[in-house]
Amino acid sequence: MNTTSSQADSSQVRIASGTQSTLKKVVVLGATSGIALEVQRQLVRLGCKLLLAARSEQRLEAVQSDLLARGAKQVLTCAADLAAIENHAGLFDFVRRSFPDYDTVLLAYGAMHDQKDSEASIDVLLEELHVNYVSAAAILTLFADDLERRRTGCIAAITSVAGDRGRRANYVYGSAKGALSLFLQGLRSRLHPAGVKVLTIKPGPVETPMTDHLDHLSSAAHFAEPKRVARDIVRALERRSPDVVYTPKMWRYVMTAVEHIPETIFKRLSF
Amino acid sequence: MASILRPAVEGSLLPYGLGRSYGDSCLNVNRELISCRRLNRILGFDESSGMVRCESGVTLTEIIEVFLPKGWFLPVTPGTQFVTVGGAIANDVHGKNHHCAGTFGDHVHQLGLHRSNDGLVVCSPNENPDMLRATIGGLGLTGVIAWADIQLRRVEGPWIEAELTPFQSLSGFLDLSRDSDGRFEYTVAWLDCFAGRNLRGIFFRGNHSAENTKKFRPKRGPKLPFALPGWLLNRTTVKGFNTLYYRAHASKKGSAVVGYDSFFYPLDSIRQWNLLYGKQGFLQYQCVIPESNVEAFEELLDRIARSGMGSFLGVLKQFGAAQPAGMLSFPRPGLTLALDFAMRGESTLQLMRSLDDVVLGSGGALYPAKDARMSPELFEASFPRWRSFVPYIDPKMSSSFWRRVTEAQ
Repeated sequence: MNTTSSQADSSQVRIASGTQSTLKKVVVLGATSGIALEVQRQLVRLGCKLLLAARSEQRLEAVQSDLLARGAKQVLTCAADLAAIENHAGLFDFVRRSFPDYDTVLLAYGAMHDQKDSEASIDVLLEELHVNYVSAAAILTLFADDLERRRTGCIAAITSVAGDRGRRANYVYGSAKGALSLFLQGLRSRLHPAGVKVLTIKPGPVETPMTDHLDHLSSAAHFAEPKRVARDIVRALERRSPDVVYTPKMWRYVMTAVEHIPETIFKRLSF
Repeated sequence: MASILRPAVEGSLLPYGLGRSYGDSCLNVNRELISCRRLNRILGFDESSGMVRCESGVTLTEIIEVFLPKGWFLPVTPGTQFVTVGGAIANDVHGKNHHCAGTFGDHVHQLGLHRSNDGLVVCSPNENPDMLRATIGGLGLTGVIAWADIQLRRVEGPWIEAELTPFQSLSGFLDLSRDSDGRFEYTVAWLDCFAGRNLRGIFFRGNHSAENTKKFRPKRGPKLPFALPGWLLNRTTVKGFNTLYYRAHASKKGSAVVGYDSFFYPLDSIRQWNLLYGKQGFLQYQCVIPESNVEAFEELLDRIARSGMGSFLGVLKQFGAAQPAGMLSFPRPGLTLALDFAMRGESTLQLMRSLDDVVLGSGGALYPAKDARMSPELFEASFPRWRSFVPYIDPKMSSSFWRRVTEAQ
């Protein structure tokens, strides 16, 4: 695990930067993901300080220098493969030491394999479940305990609309994300008395490196821009109210409809 | 990038940004485009000098969002902020300050260029200066721009002190333009193209304002949800619009402090404004006519007025005399006119061919970034030295535009 720290002077701001934000110090897990990248840029504009964790040190450094050039006040980084649970303690320790008063944790990592591959190989299947659910539940538990003790803050995680109903085309990925949504639901209830917010973020398909292998051309209209999705996420983080946010918003309605299709019909659908 | 460029077939690729070129200079029909949208990192910024290094897929919107709060603005900006830095360089775009600031390329101090055969090539006035001049205005054909160093310009805040003046003749416009050149950083005119020789329009000029206490909120206008019926924009409605627009602005004559967005990017506030023209879309015609050739310019306006096909977007600007930054840069001393024409098939194309004749005869030129149909002859006349650009083209690159205007020759 490698960590670096970098500070830049805050610059003079002449333009009103928008809404009043309670977000100040954010830990991002999976900080080099396509969505996280845009979320972080918007957080920097709101004046947030960041601690970024991701697997590749090189890509983490590139993200860090981008955010600093955009005027970030503080960007700490920690290169660690979060899919490996043995790395969690080290990361958590680093956060406690160098970023002890963080107020928000955003889990933004995930992996999507070709559904056919996870049908053909148990190893691929287990890895997909492990990265998207097991490791996520493990690391969020560390942060949940800490925030519960401090009786403050917010835990947010990016799951997926794919977790709302098992579909032929991506049920392995979907089941892991669905499990994570359920986990967050329970965690929300547990942390509610402590005043800790738990936010479930369910994006539809987003145009990021994770989805590059999918066929964009045939469904281009359904792919959202990361910038737009990030705007919805930051807005939800800023506010006290939403527990679950769909982005773009239309997916809330689409998934409500999808969930109401009777199973006898749904099982015949190939999408 | 090497893994994309190296295995590619000759002439099969073209870098693509936000696709805001009006014609086929950003297309590569039946071949491939390289989307540069993810090359969107800002690599560095020097607070004291205002020099920013960013990747080519960073948009002008992002540069403004990030650096205007720190007191820096784009040195040159086109009429939309929805373009990438790579696109701004590849088309060597100009703005309302061409007479004093030149083109976008004039403010590019250095750039990194991915070439299929030489890897990343750094180009600056000291290192590979010819490749720099070829890449500025090079329509993406010299390789994929990786990053560029751009010198931003200091401003006090987001406000522009703008002034508008109606004019009723070409000489009225020219007088206003000459009178403004030394005193105003930004000048441009809106033209009522139905007025023919009895030209009329509104002259806009402005400077960055020292005002920095007022609260600024970017304007967010409506979005056109679908293509409007094509017949909606016809001679009568557009003529009516133009008259109303002229009267409304002529009565507002005087100065005001306005946000940079409404001054530079009025059309950006209506997202998907292009759908106004219906499913058939529109063609834009942007030419430059040498200043000495006022008759040719009048002839041009005459033909447009007689056709009755002009639209509400007529833009007139006098270019400055600066040396072009790129080998294929469009701006040159003279008057530039940009007009939208709703696409009505053969009659629209015929009008444009007749305008081409005037441009050709006057020694003028057409702007590749706005073009979807110019002939190889007109391209040759517009850019007589294009053959000396050819050696700088990356063998893997080509575009629909380039094949259209050069392959016959």
